[in-house]
Amino acid sequence: MKPGALMSEPFLIGESMTGGYGGADILHDCTIAVEKGQIAVIVGPNGAGKSTAMKAVFGMLNLRAGSVRLGGADISGLSPQARVAKGMGFVPQNNNIFPSMSVEENLEMGAFIRTDDFSATMEQVYTLFPILRDKRAQAAGELSGGQRQQVAVGRALMTKPSVLMLDEPTAGVSPIVMDELFDRIIEIARTGISILMVEQNARQALAIADKGYVLVQGANRFTDTGQALLADPEVRRSFLGG
Amino acid sequence: MEIVNAIVLLANYVLVPALSYGSQLALGALGITLIYGILRFSHFAHGDVMAIGTATVILTTWGLQSVGVSFGILPTALLALPIGIACTIAYLLVVDRVVYRFYRRVRAKPMIFVMASLGVMFVTNGLTRLLIGPGEQRFADGERFVISAREFRNLTGLAEGLALRSTQLLTVIVALIAMVVLFWFLNRTRSGKSMRAYSDNEDLALLSGINPERVVLITWVIAGTLMALAGTLYGLDKTFRPFTYFQLLLPMFAAAIVGGLGNPLGAIVGGYVVAFSELGVTYAWRRFAGYFLPPEWIPEGLMQVLPVDYKFAVTFAILVLVLLFRPTGIFKGKSI
Repeated sequence: MKPGALMSEPFLIGESMTGGYGGADILHDCTIAVEKGQIAVIVGPNGAGKSTAMKAVFGMLNLRAGSVRLGGADISGLSPQARVAKGMGFVPQNNNIFPSMSVEENLEMGAFIRTDDFSATMEQVYTLFPILRDKRAQAAGELSGGQRQQVAVGRALMTKPSVLMLDEPTAGVSPIVMDELFDRIIEIARTGISILMVEQNARQALAIADKGYVLVQGANRFTDTGQALLADPEVRRSFLGG
Repeated sequence: MEIVNAIVLLANYVLVPALSYGSQLALGALGITLIYGILRFSHFAHGDVMAIGTATVILTTWGLQSVGVSFGILPTALLALPIGIACTIAYLLVVDRVVYRFYRRVRAKPMIFVMASLGVMFVTNGLTRLLIGPGEQRFADGERFVISAREFRNLTGLAEGLALRSTQLLTVIVALIAMVVLFWFLNRTRSGKSMRAYSDNEDLALLSGINPERVVLITWVIAGTLMALAGTLYGLDKTFRPFTYFQLLLPMFAAAIVGGLGNPLGAIVGGYVVAFSELGVTYAWRRFAGYFLPPEWIPEGLMQVLPVDYKFAVTFAILVLVLLFRPTGIFKGKSI
């Protein structure tokens, strides 16, 4: 038995993941995990494989080695769609809404796999993002960047996921909107949903992170709590600009 | 009185025929635009599948007539329509299974799909000729006119008559019902919304658990229904000839592109734009002008912009103008 196997395992873990999109490996023995109701953030320089690590956890690329486990069950062989059914929500970085459909229809499509009544979940999303309630009948493609991100997150929340994965949710939004989005993400985590996200704005993201992963060239470089990483002089010098 | 006569004249020769022709084009263009939006390719076999679908309607109609079934004042073809629709859908599903599904699986480029549909077009073309022959077929029966020109004149006492053929009225009514049902389906039902979602953002639709094969199936079912409807209505209103249906491809595509490819509302508007332009440009306006101009001003000629033989030139001209100045069409569609 491996050391530490008796310790309680994280809710979601992609362990020792190695693989890529077909050619050379992008990830090398990379491990990403998140505890129940906590926020884990993946940061690192451009091309470090942050998004790739996230996609690997979600099953969007084939792993040559390593495994992904959700709540103790091995889900390595499942397709992304099957992982959604298992309780994983994913918000892609780009093209993450249905632009010609109304905000409400976007949320409905998020709940497509649900056969029960999802009006209560929709109400929760509207409570979380009040602006969406006002714009419910408007086409999502006509909204501002920050509002679109809210639609995208709201769509992923409609399946009542236990883990929400966000690929650079604040890309291309203003600093004020970014703070606002981070506040909402903390709120979502407080409801018991684990958050795994990739972020360019490393400093702000680590500030709200329970766990931070610094990736370099597809491998784990530093792993610690968000606060500890922010305080680590080497991390500061190399990745946070001093 | 002059003005009323002029309007009746125009209605008789341009407005009423364009309205029914436009409805037929709109039904065809709706199918093209749906296939483009969901399956992401230009379905070149559209006209010929319409032809083979209509051929099954005609054969069923003849079968019904031979056993003495008729639909009173309405054309018997309406009774045969459900069977024709079923045959068209079945044909499309077989073609999808044999041809298009392979290319979907290998994620072929749209251009390869277009070429495949071109092949389907030729094969379908041949099959239609084997099934019913290359010649002209008439299958309209029932009451011919809602009101004939003579009846109209006697009724109103006007100099001009307005004939309204029953097939024209039928076309407009059936098209209207089909459009309302289609829009209700796309905007109100779960399946319809999943089709729009798939058309909007394929990857996100997959992520949301929408089954692509089911969306494709529904698309063919709807497109097949629209094709059989459009083909039968066109055949009833004018006449059925496989080659004519192949030629319909151009105005139907023009309608879909003018309205904005992938946009159902655009396809409908596009259908009427093309129909009204074709008839308006090829109509001889001399008699119409005669009601307004002093006799000495009326020109010798017919005041016809183009002869009727050149009606396809009108369609081409609209197409070129739209592609030059507004490639996404009147409504926001996908640019090609």
